[in-house]
Order: sequence, then structure tokens, then C-alpha cells
Amino acid sequence: MDVPAELEKEIDERITHYPVSKRSAVLPVLHALQHHFGYISEEAVEWTAAKLELQPIKVLEVVTFYPGFRQTAPGKYHIRVCRTLSCAMAGSAELMETLCEKAKIDRSGVTHHHPIAVSEDGQFSIEFAECLASCGFGPVCMVNDDFFEKVEDADALLDKYRD
Amino acid sequence: MAAIKYIAGKEPHPNEHRMIFRNVDRQGWDTSMKTYLAEGGYEQLKKAMGMEPKDITDEVKKAGVRGRGGAGFPAGVKWTFIPPNNTKPVYLICNADESEPGTFKDRYIIHQDPHQLIEGMAIACYAVGAKLAYIYIREEFPEGAKILEKAIAEAHEQGFLGKGVCGTDFDLEIYVHRGAGAYICGEETGLIESLEGKRPYPRIKPPYFPAAMGLYLCPTIVNNVETLCHVKHILDMGSEEYAKLGTPNNTGTRIIGVSGDVQKPGYFEIQVGKVTMGELIHDMCGGLKPGRKIQAVIPGGSSAKVLRGGEVFKIKKGGEEVELKLEDIPMDFDTLAACGSMAGSGGVIVIDDSRSISWVLNNINNFYAHESCGQCTPCREGSLWMKKITDRVVAGKAAPSDIDTLDAVARNIDGRTICAFGEACSWPTESFVAKFKDELVASTNPELDKAIVNPESELAAANLGH
Repeated sequence: MDVPAELEKEIDERITHYPVSKRSAVLPVLHALQHHFGYISEEAVEWTAAKLELQPIKVLEVVTFYPGFRQTAPGKYHIRVCRTLSCAMAGSAELMETLCEKAKIDRSGVTHHHPIAVSEDGQFSIEFAECLASCGFGPVCMVNDDFFEKVEDADALLDKYRD
Repeated sequence: MAAIKYIAGKEPHPNEHRMIFRNVDRQGWDTSMKTYLAEGGYEQLKKAMGMEPKDITDEVKKAGVRGRGGAGFPAGVKWTFIPPNNTKPVYLICNADESEPGTFKDRYIIHQDPHQLIEGMAIACYAVGAKLAYIYIREEFPEGAKILEKAIAEAHEQGFLGKGVCGTDFDLEIYVHRGAGAYICGEETGLIESLEGKRPYPRIKPPYFPAAMGLYLCPTIVNNVETLCHVKHILDMGSEEYAKLGTPNNTGTRIIGVSGDVQKPGYFEIQVGKVTMGELIHDMCGGLKPGRKIQAVIPGGSSAKVLRGGEVFKIKKGGEEVELKLEDIPMDFDTLAACGSMAGSGGVIVIDDSRSISWVLNNINNFYAHESCGQCTPCREGSLWMKKITDRVVAGKAAPSDIDTLDAVARNIDGRTICAFGEACSWPTESFVAKFKDELVASTNPELDKAIVNPESELAAANLGH
């Protein structure tokens, strides 16, 4: 795993936000690594542990707990569809189905995000997320860091990202 | 000052009282320091820096503002729980983990008016003596985190943060800390564990009351985004004027988000208790879809106990027992509690008579089964079993007796866990069974009660269970 100097600089700066305990920086360091590499590999766990002077298990237990961290590679564009009540009432289950069909993602056997389902061409991956806090304007979803409300046209959404 | 113009189609409803949301959806408004300063931004922080910290706390106490995150505990009182003989550093954490289903309010403060939050936080930090503060923001607000970091940098440039706030000898650093998609991080002790870089397993109270033993086992004040914004307005108006907003013991304004089966879902800032449930749903949200009736309302985020359409509540008011229809409930803390539910985080979910009640409950149970941190057995196992049972009900593979089992599972969770997630996950089931038992039983198959084989094992054998 090759952590670019720029990224390491950013990470080192983040660590200074926690003057009392370096361990507090586990989440921000993992976020920075996941943002760059797409997921948290075993090497990323080791690297984080070394950086923060922790045993690797202290990092791994965090990675496996939080739904926001992935241990497998997502697609180029990672979609999160809100599954929770208000969005479900607005049709998020149907949206998930249509998005999978249009992006050619096979979600059979997947619950929530285990494992994350990726399209054959690697362009898109998808998972359910719990309440994205825009309950009045469902169905809601995110594509990477972009946020969308009242998503009715799955194709139009995917078109924004299709190469 | 010229009248504020809002973006077309996003104008506030006449029943609203915009204070915290004054600048949300406002024409010509942006998140920059320049815009904020042009309208008296950071004047309250400057004022605060000339006051005694204790006097600020007293003002917040007298204003009576109750926590807007869910528990409704008086914010000023919370601040006084820091031990008087404390010699350790004090920390303040802004809980921006907004994740209670049905709640969507902090999102707009963070994305559209970040300086209001930072000013409120800085005042609160000065009042409680915190020199280091964190905004714990949910990972799903990446844009929000960037906006806040930019606003913090701007506040540094202006001398409102950093060494010597506003030219005084008070130093303050605020950092943004991103969560990673776990609902339990909204629970204050779970949040603190998460901020320490661990799994967010909540701590038991006592002894771990954050105000006494919080972050790094030092006194820590955890307040919701909306609550911290109120601090600024309390200083601006004075506690006496502030307390005139809303109703006694339910002062100020609060933001209510309405979602589900109404014509115009959205967010509304109201004076607490000055708008009824009926006004909210029928006037402000344009009522239900044509021909539909209210089947149920979840009044304060999905953890709040459900209320049934047409229900009449007998509550005590001023020593007398009064009858109150669902639509007549004022949207405040005390009345909703007297009606057996709670105002919670201000997320109202309206469910009309076209919805299957078992489907609704199953969706909620799926949420809690997914979000239980797994630390306490009753919650870890119970939340999963509640989901499994309602999965069966929805699939038409449950026996009528399963509804009693479901209720028994729920009743064996609450009061038996370290944190309030136990109540949060069991109250939906308990209240849905109490109020919609017939509907739930109607989704079951009586034939299955006669089956000798436990339907669960039958399903497991058929590999249908999860």
C-alpha cells in the first residue's frame, strides 16, 4: 500500500486535532484512507495502527463495527439508498430495485451492505443506508459524496455518472 | 432591516416562528462569514465574552430551553452538573449525528447557517469553561463537514476562535469529527467512546454521566446542534423574552420535520406548544392525500411510541382530567409525554390508512436490529428477534400467538440495557402491539398456531430466515 505524501500530510494534520489522545484519530485516519483507496484493506488497518501506535486489533474492531467503513472495493460510484421508514414509504425499495436493474447490479443474497454489491463493469456499487436525515423528501440517496432527494428517475441519476 | 425573502416555493408557513431557521432557504443567503457578519453575526459571542460564565449559564437555565436532540432535558441544568470542585479540563461536544428516523433539521443549520452553530457553541464553551470542543457529525453529511470546517477556519481568521477569543484570554479550538454510519453514536456516551477512537459502546450511568466523567473521563457537555443555536438567541433576547416564546416549561421554538403520508412534507419552526398536531398535519402540511385518513402518527422520531388515528387521550392538566383528541395535542414536550409518547427529536411521521401496519413496524424493527451495538444481550438478541418475527408477519408466515411473543420480547428489553437504545427499540413494538393488535393479528395465519413445528425452525430448515 502506497500512501502518497500529500495524503499522509493531511492525515498528520488531522491527528493534531486530538491533542489528548492519538487513538481518537482512528476514524479520521480511516476516512482519509477509505476516501483515497475506496476501502479499508488489511494493509490499511496495519498502517493506521502503526501511525497511531495502536495494536492492529484496535483499528480492525472499529472497521468491522461501523457501517461507514468497507473492507471490499466498491464501484467507481458508490450508491447508498435510504431504507428507513419515511423513504420506504416514498418508494426506496422500488428505487433500489430499479437502480440495480439499470446499473446491472446483482444484489441477491445481500442484506444491507454485506457484502457491497458491485456491477459487473465496476462502475457502480450499491447498498442500503439507514435514515439519511431528509425524511420529508424521499426517496433519498447518495452517490459517493453527492446527495439526492426525491429520486424518481433511476436512469437520469445514473446518467450523471456514466462514463 | 428589509423583510427577509425566501426562495420561491420554500417560504415559511404563516404559523411558523423562524428564529433558528431564519436564514434557511433565504434568498441571497450563503454560508460565508461576510454574510453572517452583515447581520449581527458573532455580536452575541462578543457580548458573552464580557459576561461572567456563570451568568450565561443562569440565563440559559432561566430561559428553560430543553434539549432538542430527543431527551428534552433542560440544557442550562445539564451545564451545572459539572462538579464544582473540578480540576480537570472540560470539553464540549456538539451532537450533529442527526440519525433518528424521521428527523431532518440539523442538516439545514449545518449546510445553510454554520456560523450560527459555531457562535452558539463558542458561547456555550465559554460558559462551561471548555477550551477544546468537537462537532461530532454523521459521516453521511460529507458536504456539511466541509462547510463547518470552512466556517471554523473563517472564525479563526476573525479571532472568534483560537488563541484569545475576541481579544480576551480565553482560548478555544473547535474541530469537526466525522462518525461512520452508526446510529448508536447519537447516544452521548456512545458518541464519546466513538470520539475516543473505539467502538461506540455506550457507558453505564452512573457513574459515567458525561458532565462528570465524559470524554477522556473529564467533564463533558454534549448538546444537540439545534440546542446550541438557541444559546445565541437566548443571549440576544434575554432569558425573560425568550421564555415568552412557546408555553410554560416548553419554552422557545423548535423545528418539527413532518414526513410520510401528507401532501406537503417538510420542516417547520414553531413556538413549542403553540401549534397542534392537527394544525401541523392539516394546515401546514396540506393534509392527507385525497380520501385518506390518519391511521397512525409517530410524533417524535421512530423511537417515540405510536399514536393511533382517532385516539382520545385522558390527561391531567392543571389538576383536572381533560380529554384530548389526537389532532388537538399541542406539539410540546409535556403533553406528548402525558399522552404516553414523546416529543423526542421533533420528527413526525404520518401513516395513512393505505399502509400495512405490520409493514411499517417491520421497517422500524429492521432499523433497530441493524443499529443495536450488541453490547447488552436483551437488546442485541431482542431487536433481532423482533425483526425476525415481524419479517414473518409481513411474509404471512406468522401465527397469531407470535404477536404475543413479539410483545414479550419487547418487554424484556426496556429497562434492562445500559443505554436508552433498549427503550428506543422496544417502544415501537410495545406501542404498535398495544394500539394495533387487531391489524397485526389480521396479518397472521391462524393455521400456524396449530402447527407442531416451531415456524422459526421450519423457516430455518427452508433456509428462509436471515
